[in-house]
Amino acid sequence: MTDVVATNQTIIVVGGGISGMTTALEAAETGKQVILLEKRPYLGGRVSQLYKYFPKMCHPTCGQEINQRRIKMNKNLTVITQAEVSNISGEKGDYTVSVTITPRYVNSNCTACGDCAKAATTEFDDEFNYNLGKRKSVYLPNAMAFPQQYVIDQRIIGTAEADAAKAACKYGAIELDQQVETLDLKAGAVVFATGWKPYDANKIQPYGYDRFANVITNVEFERLMDPHGPTNGKLLRPSDGKEAKNIAFIQCAGSRDKNHLAHCSRICCMASLKQTNYVQEKFGDDGKSTIYYIDMRAIDRFDDFYQNVQANPNVSFIKSKVAKIEEDKATGNPVLHGVNTEGYHRYANQHDLVVLATGMEPSVDFKGFPIKILVNDEGFIEHDDSNGGIFAAGVASDALDVNRAVQHATAAALRAVQVVNQVAGA
Amino acid sequence: MKIGGYLCTGCGIGDRLDTKSLESVAVREGRIGFCKTHDFLCSQAGVDMIKADMAAEGDDKVTKAVIMACSRRAKTESFNFGAVPTARVNLREGVIWIRPEGSEHDETTQEMAADYIRMGCAEVKAMQQADASGEQGKNNHIMVVGGGITGMTAALEASKAGYYASIIEKSDRLGGVMGQLKQRQPEHSPFQNPQDTGVAALIAAVEADDKITVYLNSTIAKTAGAPGRFEVDIASTVGAGTHAEFGAIVQATGFTPYDANNLPEFSYGKSPNVVTQLELEALARAAGDGPIKRADGKVVENVVFVQCAGQRSTKEGHLSYCSGHCCATSIKQAMYFKDSNPDIETTVLFDDIRTPGVGGENFYRSAQDKFVTFRKGKVSTVDVKGNELQVNFKDLILDEDAQMGADLVVLATGMLPNSGTDIDTMKDKDANGEVKVSVESILNLNYRQGPDMPQLVNGFTDSHFICFPYETRRTGIYSAGPVRRPMDAAQAQTDAMGAVMKAIQAIENSAIGRAAHPRSGDLSFPSFRKEGCTQCKRCTVECPFGAIDEDEKGYPKYNEARCRRCGTCMGACPVQVISFKNYSIETVGAQLKAVDVPDEFQEKPRILVLACENDAYPALDMAAMKRNESSAFIRVIPVRCLGSTNTIWIKDALGSGYDGVVMMGCKKGADYQCHFVKGSEMAHVRMAKIGDTLSTMNLEADRVAVHEVAITDIDRAPKLLDEMVEVINRVGLSPFKF
Repeated sequence: MTDVVATNQTIIVVGGGISGMTTALEAAETGKQVILLEKRPYLGGRVSQLYKYFPKMCHPTCGQEINQRRIKMNKNLTVITQAEVSNISGEKGDYTVSVTITPRYVNSNCTACGDCAKAATTEFDDEFNYNLGKRKSVYLPNAMAFPQQYVIDQRIIGTAEADAAKAACKYGAIELDQQVETLDLKAGAVVFATGWKPYDANKIQPYGYDRFANVITNVEFERLMDPHGPTNGKLLRPSDGKEAKNIAFIQCAGSRDKNHLAHCSRICCMASLKQTNYVQEKFGDDGKSTIYYIDMRAIDRFDDFYQNVQANPNVSFIKSKVAKIEEDKATGNPVLHGVNTEGYHRYANQHDLVVLATGMEPSVDFKGFPIKILVNDEGFIEHDDSNGGIFAAGVASDALDVNRAVQHATAAALRAVQVVNQVAGA
Repeated sequence: MKIGGYLCTGCGIGDRLDTKSLESVAVREGRIGFCKTHDFLCSQAGVDMIKADMAAEGDDKVTKAVIMACSRRAKTESFNFGAVPTARVNLREGVIWIRPEGSEHDETTQEMAADYIRMGCAEVKAMQQADASGEQGKNNHIMVVGGGITGMTAALEASKAGYYASIIEKSDRLGGVMGQLKQRQPEHSPFQNPQDTGVAALIAAVEADDKITVYLNSTIAKTAGAPGRFEVDIASTVGAGTHAEFGAIVQATGFTPYDANNLPEFSYGKSPNVVTQLELEALARAAGDGPIKRADGKVVENVVFVQCAGQRSTKEGHLSYCSGHCCATSIKQAMYFKDSNPDIETTVLFDDIRTPGVGGENFYRSAQDKFVTFRKGKVSTVDVKGNELQVNFKDLILDEDAQMGADLVVLATGMLPNSGTDIDTMKDKDANGEVKVSVESILNLNYRQGPDMPQLVNGFTDSHFICFPYETRRTGIYSAGPVRRPMDAAQAQTDAMGAVMKAIQAIENSAIGRAAHPRSGDLSFPSFRKEGCTQCKRCTVECPFGAIDEDEKGYPKYNEARCRRCGTCMGACPVQVISFKNYSIETVGAQLKAVDVPDEFQEKPRILVLACENDAYPALDMAAMKRNESSAFIRVIPVRCLGSTNTIWIKDALGSGYDGVVMMGCKKGADYQCHFVKGSEMAHVRMAKIGDTLSTMNLEADRVAVHEVAITDIDRAPKLLDEMVEVINRVGLSPFKF
């Protein structure tokens, strides 16, 4: 399927979230040849799963639309989805990157008409919604999905259902015999924009994420608010579908903690402050939010946003690391136990829903990386001349918010451009 | 010239619509050369068919195309024929996916499709091939304003990419604020100890680099031109000035420390032993490897750091924001003491410790391991008690008032950006009509919009966009470092690289006439018909990017390398003389006139919808993907920005029998979401005045609605259109149907 030309003046960007798209586009729009590799079947990464951004309360899909249009119009840029790097060899200015492409079972003939999905019957957990809802076995991953092509879940390959989907397609777009493919691509520079994954909340045992339905994470909360999400944007709690009007946000859930993530993920304070705005937006004065925190890190001009939330009488702040959560059996309400350290008062507070502000963990384990690069104990790539022509962009380098990740990714584009310009002898 | 029509019958279009009749509409009413059908137009075979027609010789050569298939957002790459003007007729998402099946709907659905084909044919006829103007220049030289760590990094990184840089530095030396520090916070694991600032090495590298020129004791007297051809007069305080030409500009003018004299409650100025963080650096440097001493020579044994001094405060004269670096800076400075003598008492009084990321948190933890004391407390006053100081604060953990003695108090005061004049508030003019500016300009741009970068908030020149931190109203001019946003040195150096990336991109794109973000690569640019122009200056005033100057006679001068191609000038022009080759009053006007407006007895209203192509149009598209139903009476035209909407379109539509007009743009105001900054706002302002036109026509004001629509409004957007249908049901059909 894949006919890609790559030379040692090519820049390979690994990861098609907002950082990877930015690095790829900034370089391609400067005239460089760029290949963008993405593990998922679509671009957009984690931010495409957010409802709104702080502090503007605007929608990530708005910028994604611009970036996707830039990609569609740019002939210097090749996108390969469902692609992962399996090996890298060589040196700065002359790398060979081995890429493994898993089958989509749908080719570029796909018009996204949706006839194949009508023939599908099985449902699986919807990864895009953090498994809060279901999707079909033959599916368009989300409304913004680019490439705008359906995907067939590997788990139905070989079944009559897959054959039915194939039969429903009038355009020869379904190829059930697609196999895993490996490509060796040349590149002068490789940028890892592999981003993050939410810290596994199951590991924070006292909070009972694995036991209590009404304890969810901040990324799941985003999906509940999204009109494209599992509740069509209604703020309903998982246990009984009741409107969740009294919400607790627990900061540093598994962060700044040597037993979990030692680092601070930077975004979680602002994310929770933003999410109190969602509660206000949904329920007005009937919506109450309580933030349990150690330090509120609303850095630089974001402090204005914090000050505005502080002025909202429907939001309270408790300086406390919550000790444990129990469940009120009768109501299903989580009960938070701990000590408010401002004055040392014990509390046992009931809420409709608890949102754990879990932090960011690098999504790729670079420890077993095929060639030597500098990776810190927390798993992020540190910039160093010894890394040669391999660079990090965005959260692969440190916990960053979107704005800073894009800024970092723009800088990473320059690092890659420097290498290929040196190769070109410019 | 031959116009080819290509009608796709796939994806249900052929099943739901009478395509034979549509072909005939295209050829007979749309008056195009021919209309071919294909049951899978986006397939290789379908696209090859179109490309073969475009490659044909002589009279058969297709020079313009009308693709009658799916939304312009789908199969964009397949139907991208480069320079060949191409109209996309949206029969799938725009018609069959939003209309219910059933014979009772067939007639109106078919009419909708036929109208869109008429519109596409009319549009493409009015379109011309977009070419760069040919006025471009290429200049590989970047002007870097400011010789601190951000500016030096910018220059060196530009040089590594093969470009030239000139650093313009106001003072007599390189190094900036960072050059005054003893050490900086660590950049590498394990992030435990302060490290060398690296400034000396940077200065040496700058001086050794033959692609970099340094102008010390210099400021900018004047900047004119546009990306690719900036003309700059550099003034010197020690010698003659120079004139130089640059392709792009990076502004790295840094910050001025907050004036601690505004904090008498902390006894600053009353006692030499109350110092700012920057003043402590001087004491630390003076101490060398020995103990840090106060001004009176006493070795410091007990130091208290007051965080957020005059910051995060709404008090008059204080800074409302957080300066980002000060927590880590106090931690670093506490280590200056602890590392030399662990017995020195170091206490940090804080509200929130803000040390994000891996480096920040490890550094904070390291300070705790070194027994730096952190107390959550709010300092009210610092009293001078003889030779000692007393810090009075509320301990927020013990919830009680407390005091501490100290022989040195360090105030963590904030940053003020060196951003020059605030172009959005400098409206006052003196008796001679000269603009009164209290702050000296940095860039002295001769732009109509003012001499400096626009400021976002608190004087910082940051972008308003989360996804696009370098996009402001200036093209080819990018700010970096603490002038853009409060930040530490590591972030400033990364920022310098990001700004250089954008500067290089501006150089490369302006050289070939390509637009910058968000219409990257667009070759079209605005031009005007001089004989019709009344020199009214609306276009120059309304251009969100300050791209348009006026020549000596008052005619607009476009500077297309500064232009973002939004079309706001075109929307502003009261005499409709401004156009782009592929987007003009005519391309939209011809479309709306091409619609077949039924007579009043048919009781089928027609509603013109002008939708922003980046947010409202995708929202309608995604509504269609969900098969959300919309009215059959709407006719949607995507616009580059609602700001490009000229009132003539509204007048023409209402005058020719449309019953209503709905405009959908992005959010305006303080938290605007318009990617052309003010386009949506300008449209709202213009449309607020449309009431006069409506009343002269004797039409109800409700017939025109302007909405803010976000890309997520997949359910709301179709409902807004239904609302207009209800309005028309209430007020009746337009009396202007013929």
